[in-house]
Amino acid sequence: MSQTAVHTEHFDATASKIGMWLFIFTELLLFGGLFIVYSVVRFMHQDAFHLAAQELDVVLGATNTGLLLISSMTIAMSVSAIQFGHKKFTQILIIITILIGLVFLVNKYFEWSVKIGHGLYPGSPVLQGFGNGDTLFFGLYFFMTGLHALHIVAGVSILGWVLVRVNRNGIHAGHFVHLENGALYWHLVDVIWIFLFPLFYLIS
Amino acid sequence: MSSSENRHVVPYSTYIVILLVLLVFTGLSILVTSYELGPLAVSAALLFATLKTTLVLLYFMHLKFEERLFGVMVSVVMALFLVVLVITFFDYSFR
Repeated sequence: MSQTAVHTEHFDATASKIGMWLFIFTELLLFGGLFIVYSVVRFMHQDAFHLAAQELDVVLGATNTGLLLISSMTIAMSVSAIQFGHKKFTQILIIITILIGLVFLVNKYFEWSVKIGHGLYPGSPVLQGFGNGDTLFFGLYFFMTGLHALHIVAGVSILGWVLVRVNRNGIHAGHFVHLENGALYWHLVDVIWIFLFPLFYLIS
Repeated sequence: MSSSENRHVVPYSTYIVILLVLLVFTGLSILVTSYELGPLAVSAALLFATLKTTLVLLYFMHLKFEERLFGVMVSVVMALFLVVLVITFFDYSFR
């Protein structure tokens, strides 16, 4: 009697997505913890936060918010496009999303450059002259927007990998959960920014 | 062939409508906070952020079209976060 192992490939898209969501929860709680730190520090230094937030550029912040919302739509559309079997359109939508992510980072670079040019960076002599409230505001600003920017870099990398898989037909109308999971990650990055924008730029 | 992969396909038009609503909410939150409303501005900005997040979760992240399990999991995590937030604020408000 010959021993042949019959290997039938079983793939469970729902399980794959549950895994992605569990990872997203760890990310949400990571940023959630930081939001709680922000709330408490703001509660203790209300006047300083009020004035320090006025240093931030609302126009630039709003532009980046709009960009991320548009990119969230394009990547959501790509999941429909792959299901319709529109490979070309899927590729275009993923490329647009990646490009918007890169534009976001360029804006962030200019924004940070201006702040650092004004002597506003963690541990700067200018901030030490202002007192604890401003130091904490800009410390949290750089840490939280910086951590978010790192997530943009990660998201762009993931979507780049997804794009390669689509090009090679590894992701297609019958098997697209990796595109869906990549899109979920990009939406997470969008959701985090939806809260960062009002808390740092608007409430002043 | 995996059986569960061909499910609900969301039409492009739904996403365009949701994006427009999200942009309007962003505009409104900027408008509201441009007035000197004090604590009310904070509440309004957070309300709009919550509404936007709900739309992103339901439509862009497909929670509206997924099995119920996903919605339950997200709700539990949100509830956990809110509990920690509220307990932290009880601590700081009454010390």
